[in-house]
Amino acid sequence: MHPAPSVIIFTTFSGLGFGLLAWLGFDASPAKGWAAFWWFLIAFGFACGGLISSTFHLGHPERALKAFTQWRTSWLSREGVCAVAALFVMGLYAAALIFFDTHIPHLGWIGALLSLGTVFTTSMIYAQLETIPRWNTPLTSLLYLSYAITGGALLSGRVTIALILLLITTAVQLLWWKQGDSAFADSGSTLGTATGLGDRGEVRSMAHPHTSPNYLMREFIHVIGRKHAQKLRIISLGLMAVLPVILLLLPFTHVFALLAVLSHIAGVATSRWLFFAEAEHTVGLYYGMR
Amino acid sequence: MNFKQPKINTSPPVSDEIRKTTCYMCACRCGINVHMKDGKVAYIEGNRDHPVNQGVLCAKGSAGIMQVNAPSRLKKPLKRVGPRGSGEFVEISWEEAMSTAVGWLTELHETAPHKLAFFTGRDQSQSFTSFWAQNFGTPNYAAHGGFCSVNMAAGGIYTMGGAFWEFGQPDWDHTKLFMLFGVAEDHDSNPIKMGIGKIKARGAKVIGVNPVRSGYNAVADEWVGITPGTDGLFILALVHELLKAGKIDLTYLAQYTNAPALIDPNTGLLLRDDDDKVLVIDSTTGKLTPFDQKDVRPNLAASFRKAGTSYTTVMAHMIEKYLDPQYAPEAVAERCGIPAQKIKTIAAELARVAFEEAFELDQEWTDFRGETHKTMTGRPVSMHAMRGISAHSNGFQTCRALHILQIILGTVEVPGGFRFKPPYPKPLEAHPTPHGHGRPGRALDGPHLGFPRGPEDLQIEDDGTPKRIDKAFSWEHPMSAHGMMHMVISNAYAQDPYKIDTLFMYMANMSWNSSMNSKGVMEMLSARDDDGKYRIPRIIYSDAYSSEMVAYADLILPDTTYLERHDCISLLDRPICEADGAADAIRWPVIEPDRDVRGFQSVLIELASRVGLKGFMKEDGTPKWKDYADYIVNHERKPGIGPLSGFRGENGDQTGRGDVNPNQMDAYIENGGFHVHHVPDEARYYKPWNKAYQEWAVDLGLYDAPQPYLFQLYSEPMRKFQRAAEGHGDRQPPEHLRERIRTTMDPLPIWYEPLEDGQIDTNEYPIHALTQRPMAMYHSWGSQNAWLRQLHGHNPLYLPTKLWQEHGFENGDWAKVSSAHGTITVPVEHQAALNENTVWTWNAIGKRKGAWALEDNAPETKKGFLLNHLIHELLPPKGDGLRWSNSDPITGQAAWFDLRVKIEKVDAPAEAQPAFPPIDSPVEKGPSKLAWKVGK
Amino acid sequence: MTSLPTSTEKKLGLVIDLDTCVGCHACVISCKGWNTENYGAPLSDQRPYGEEPMGTFLNRVHSYEVQAEGQSAQTVHFPKSCLHCENAPCVTVCPTGASYKRAEDGIVLVNEQDCIGCGLCAWACPYGARELDQEEGVMKKCTLCVDRIYNENLPEVDRTPACVRTCPAGARHFGDFADPDSNVSKLTAERGGMDLMPELGTAPVNKYLPPRPKDSWDDESILAPFLEPVADEAKGLLGWIDKQLSRLPGDSKEEV
Ligand SMILES: Nc1nc2c(c(=O)[nH]1)N[C@H]1C(S)=C(S)[C@@H](COP(=O)(O)OP(=O)(O)OC[C@H]3O[C@@H](n4cnc5c(=O)[nH]c(N)nc54)[C@H](O)[C@@H]3O)O[C@H]1N2
Ligand SMILES: Nc1nc2c(c(=O)[nH]1)N[C@H]1C(S)=C(S)[C@@H](COP(=O)(O)OP(=O)(O)OC[C@H]3O[C@@H](n4cnc5c(=O)[nH]c(N)nc54)[C@H](O)[C@@H]3O)O[C@H]1N2
Ligand code: SF4
Ligand code: SF4
Ligand code: SF4
Ligand code: SF4
Ligand code: SF4
Ligand SMILES: [Mo]
Repeated sequence: MHPAPSVIIFTTFSGLGFGLLAWLGFDASPAKGWAAFWWFLIAFGFACGGLISSTFHLGHPERALKAFTQWRTSWLSREGVCAVAALFVMGLYAAALIFFDTHIPHLGWIGALLSLGTVFTTSMIYAQLETIPRWNTPLTSLLYLSYAITGGALLSGRVTIALILLLITTAVQLLWWKQGDSAFADSGSTLGTATGLGDRGEVRSMAHPHTSPNYLMREFIHVIGRKHAQKLRIISLGLMAVLPVILLLLPFTHVFALLAVLSHIAGVATSRWLFFAEAEHTVGLYYGMR
Repeated sequence: MNFKQPKINTSPPVSDEIRKTTCYMCACRCGINVHMKDGKVAYIEGNRDHPVNQGVLCAKGSAGIMQVNAPSRLKKPLKRVGPRGSGEFVEISWEEAMSTAVGWLTELHETAPHKLAFFTGRDQSQSFTSFWAQNFGTPNYAAHGGFCSVNMAAGGIYTMGGAFWEFGQPDWDHTKLFMLFGVAEDHDSNPIKMGIGKIKARGAKVIGVNPVRSGYNAVADEWVGITPGTDGLFILALVHELLKAGKIDLTYLAQYTNAPALIDPNTGLLLRDDDDKVLVIDSTTGKLTPFDQKDVRPNLAASFRKAGTSYTTVMAHMIEKYLDPQYAPEAVAERCGIPAQKIKTIAAELARVAFEEAFELDQEWTDFRGETHKTMTGRPVSMHAMRGISAHSNGFQTCRALHILQIILGTVEVPGGFRFKPPYPKPLEAHPTPHGHGRPGRALDGPHLGFPRGPEDLQIEDDGTPKRIDKAFSWEHPMSAHGMMHMVISNAYAQDPYKIDTLFMYMANMSWNSSMNSKGVMEMLSARDDDGKYRIPRIIYSDAYSSEMVAYADLILPDTTYLERHDCISLLDRPICEADGAADAIRWPVIEPDRDVRGFQSVLIELASRVGLKGFMKEDGTPKWKDYADYIVNHERKPGIGPLSGFRGENGDQTGRGDVNPNQMDAYIENGGFHVHHVPDEARYYKPWNKAYQEWAVDLGLYDAPQPYLFQLYSEPMRKFQRAAEGHGDRQPPEHLRERIRTTMDPLPIWYEPLEDGQIDTNEYPIHALTQRPMAMYHSWGSQNAWLRQLHGHNPLYLPTKLWQEHGFENGDWAKVSSAHGTITVPVEHQAALNENTVWTWNAIGKRKGAWALEDNAPETKKGFLLNHLIHELLPPKGDGLRWSNSDPITGQAAWFDLRVKIEKVDAPAEAQPAFPPIDSPVEKGPSKLAWKVGK
Repeated sequence: MTSLPTSTEKKLGLVIDLDTCVGCHACVISCKGWNTENYGAPLSDQRPYGEEPMGTFLNRVHSYEVQAEGQSAQTVHFPKSCLHCENAPCVTVCPTGASYKRAEDGIVLVNEQDCIGCGLCAWACPYGARELDQEEGVMKKCTLCVDRIYNENLPEVDRTPACVRTCPAGARHFGDFADPDSNVSKLTAERGGMDLMPELGTAPVNKYLPPRPKDSWDDESILAPFLEPVADEAKGLLGWIDKQLSRLPGDSKEEV
């Protein structure tokens, strides 16, 4: 899949944002007033920034409201609904904290669940796609949720929890990669099944329909070398988990904490780049190039 | 679910109006319905009533809308201001353009008409352009047939009075075994596809003989991946097998061919009576009789002795020749790249289907001898072939061999076999002989092109020098029936046989894809003499688009596009007939040009009248016709016969023959742009010998009198040339050609190795290199078409598995490909379904930077390439100081597919090599995006 | 709502005959022509005269080679447009309801007014049947020529998809798969019409007819037919011909 910057920014930041919102919502003794303002500003900034960025790849962003209508079938629609609900609830919750110095725990829990729900719906947009076997697994939701919760913990300064979660997320990520690497082969789709000619012999693409590429090839076919991918995986894990863990284990300073957060974000973004770049769509079969 | 589906309008208006005309995105000439919205072309679809395409339309046809809006369309006459090849022009008025041309032409017409060389390319008005050239008086006229497929045309006409190509077609409704040789697309593009679809739907079998398995060959049930240039051998091996097994149609051979004719062993000519009729021995009486007498049963096995001379039949000669072990499947297998077993299987299958699946059509008919047959015997084997066999230097004989194969099976002009389309069949005798004696201020005595019957028809001076600039109809290529356009520039540059003044070309991209040795041709076109003057002093060219050739002309006469002009697809020329009907068609301006351009034929008419060519003037010295439309309707070739056969006579109710009908054009438009006249049922088959057909053809004006004839298995005209080479007669070939004529012009088909093979080291150049036409592109025109160029924007060289692995190629690699003549560096791709010693690419995709209103970085210019740079119009020198044309020695057919190359893997260059500097574009470049919709 | 109809009255779709398709691209361009001028926004082209021209097409023809061990390779031209799946994943993923499957005939369409151009339906389609128009920013796909097949402004014979009407080889057939007697149902049954990527459960309506077996004469194990010589040399053959001819009764046709 084409690793479009807008979707990478979207999934990275909205994940972190909603993860942070979830932690803020569950927090039994949250900050209030100005202190709360800053936390929520970061959380909303990430969540909304991500969402807004996701509209950049729309052909008709001005019609985006229509996307709320199909929540009964469409995960993308559900994501929209969920995100708005989460933002709304968390907005009320935050307003109460910031302006009225009031903590309404139930509202926080609902908001937190909606925030995690948003991350889940996002993950389902990808996990539902049978066309992309690497994504088409419940592990994708687990991956998105663990990233969100971990990032949220880190952002909200829960050092110990963050340390544990970073390890868990690393494990999930490794598991997801391992599963993903054989997913296409396991799915059973080949150029043979794609053309129905497989039982006659080896099928090979001899010529593309057009000599120039097209939308499909641009969108769905992104060939990334295995070596290159391995390197990026290591970098991603290093930035996402290893470096933050080291920084967090060092005596606490704000600089280290900030560095840990920045490193984590960069790691997440790299992982997301790989999430798309390594994903192979069945359309690629038709072009003999996945 | 209670989802409210959007209500959509499923009956939107399709268009304001449909205008029916004839497609010209290629020479197949299908009928089209042009849907108009707001006076603009909105959509083009096939015309269901049209005899050619019956509603279907190919990719090019549907993309016509992108052709008539192409930014590459020329806008105004142009005068060259920069050096030739630079592309620097200024726009001039038509008046200036015309008076310039008239000035040049008048002088030549009055002093030295032969100094005008007028050659046309993809034109479909040859009866008109040749009429023009005839009236001009120059011997130097031809269309592109010589480099296209004259072998096919001539091979057919000399053998059976018509060929494949557009002369005939398989009986798609009855055939059960269809064998296709060397065809990627052909002119009959849609009909062949429709036919293949038809027989596939019936489950009939298709055999594809082609080194490359794509297109038609991809759907062939059996693929024969033959080695290029060896079809003749393969075919003669089939003939060998069939003869040996007696699986031949004896009645057919005896009745309808010259197989029973008797050969005079002293002269090699056929025994004839005083009326010049071929004589046969009648089996019933045992007597010598003219072949066409009532009740005569010609005896194939007869022999006849007179005055100590023993005459034997053509059949006996054929048997003697083809039973020779050199034609045994085992003997040819390796050379052809086809296992002997497979050749035998094919022979057996041909015989089985022809004879065991024979059937009778319940249709009475009467033959030319007056005998009535209750039924028509069907032999459901049919064949078709095109440039794969004809574009070789042994192509003429190979085409003849293929006809022999069909004829011994008795499958020509019978149900289920191959059928002619009117005006064919047309025996050699009904075709003109060539004329070429130009005299100042006078018209030529007859048409330039024709079919020589013997040395007497050669167009040579008394000392043997060719009369024509292309040397057609000279000893070099005695039967070059279509001229040799590929030699014109080369000979004009060499001033051999003489110097010309003006080269006038039309619709031929000669500085690029339609020339061999394109780079050399560009140099020749822009070469200067010591005095700084161009060696070819003047070049006039008519094109509709900004092609590569435009840059090399001094004066450009911009043409209209096919939807903007009148045209005539005439029975006098290359009509649109189908086997069951004579048909012709028109084009008419369904839209008006939005530029200052003029239909070229109308321009020719104006030029002719201003120069004062006799045939174009009335007695009183005023022009006969004001434009081409006027000519189409009012010109009469013979009394009552004009360019269009339909709606003749004052009331428009006569067909074929009839007075001029001033409303004829409207009648055609009314009728959908065409006219068909159906062949009566009893005349549908056996046309060369069928009384009903012959009479129908005479009625229609195709012939002046019935002329039944015999198929010429043994070709006497060839024997006459051969005999001359043996030293007989007073017209003698020059010594250096004697042996070649003697061996190649065998009156019975033979196979010889392609000439290039004999002149290069085939160990050094072991690989055959070919081109194929992409179905969705017409030569160079498609690249300016926004839709089509997305299909074929560049062309890889396809390599078979063996070469792919041998050289360790991988996807994305490039190769240096060299021939004895040149080198190109091009991208390669792998194709497994390919003869293991053959590489190929699509034809004419590569473009020169600056042409066709494309950006300079268009893929056509960077990754696209021409194979033409590897092919020379001359064979490598033999060291005898002579120029040997890379052509069939008999017909002059350009031998495109004789090419041999070697291959080497190289690093990818920045762009395909050779690359040429961009030419200035005489038109603006196209827009950066397109969302074309003319309706609301 | 982007839920799929539980069943549709008709199941309109195409049968594509891989045994007959010669790969001419006629269907590609006629589709482009019709759909540029009709349903929705025109199918745009980017850099139409420049480097890498790229436009929207609703139907494209691939070329494949199939080769079994030890046999000669076969070329298969393979046209592909929307298969109008019964279980169309492209519909259910659509957040706006722009994508829908018509209840009456099963045609899968995009309502361009509602489409936000998110591209998700194209992601969900296994076959590459949807293309986002770069000029208009809406999703484009084969409409099964819904504006032709019922169009009362067209003569009855022409109420068929543009690609079917134009296909010179007759390799494309249009009809109702819900009707077992329709041409498409019969062809599918007779010729073993197949689904593409059946493992994905999309249940395509369009069916592909597989190429018939080819190159039977390359199989040397099968005893090929073979012609028995009547004579090996010229004299003998001429004698044989003489015998054959003398046996011929006056006007009958011989069987040789
Ligand atoms: N390597 C290789 N080369 C080949 C061949 C091959 O098989 N392999 N094939 C050869 C054969 S058979 C042929 S016939 C030639 C064909 O070669 P050409 O006859 O040169 O064909 P085109 O390239 O189509 O060029 C025709 C010219 O006509 C112009 N034109 C198009 N429409 C109109 C119009 O309406 N009016 C006017 N006035 N001009 C118009 C085009 O712009 C173009 O410049 O190519 C030959 N070249
Ligand atoms: N779409 C489209 N249609 C066209 C044209 C076009 O440019 N585009 N051009 C028109 C013109 S001018 C012409 S002349 C005709 C030509 O029509 P075709 O005769 O179909 O011309 P080519 O594409 O040159 O195809 C030649 C075929 O012969 C095969 N071949 C080459 N050498 C041999 C051989 O030795 N033996 C055998 N058996 N096969 C061989 C090649 O692989 C190729 O498939 O097409 C006409 N129709
Ligand atoms: S084959 Fe195609 S391009 Fe040629 S005339 Fe017919 S529709 Fe037009
Ligand atoms: S038009 Fe017909 S033959 Fe041509 S590519 Fe399309 S399906 Fe195949
Ligand atoms: S082919 Fe693709 S676009 Fe068409 S219905 Fe099936 S999934 Fe949807
Ligand atoms: S691109 Fe349009 S049709 Fe496709 S899913 Fe998005 S909104 Fe729906
Ligand atoms: S049915 Fe219509 S829209 Fe679909 S591929 Fe054919 S022509 Fe295109
Ligand atoms: Mo040609």
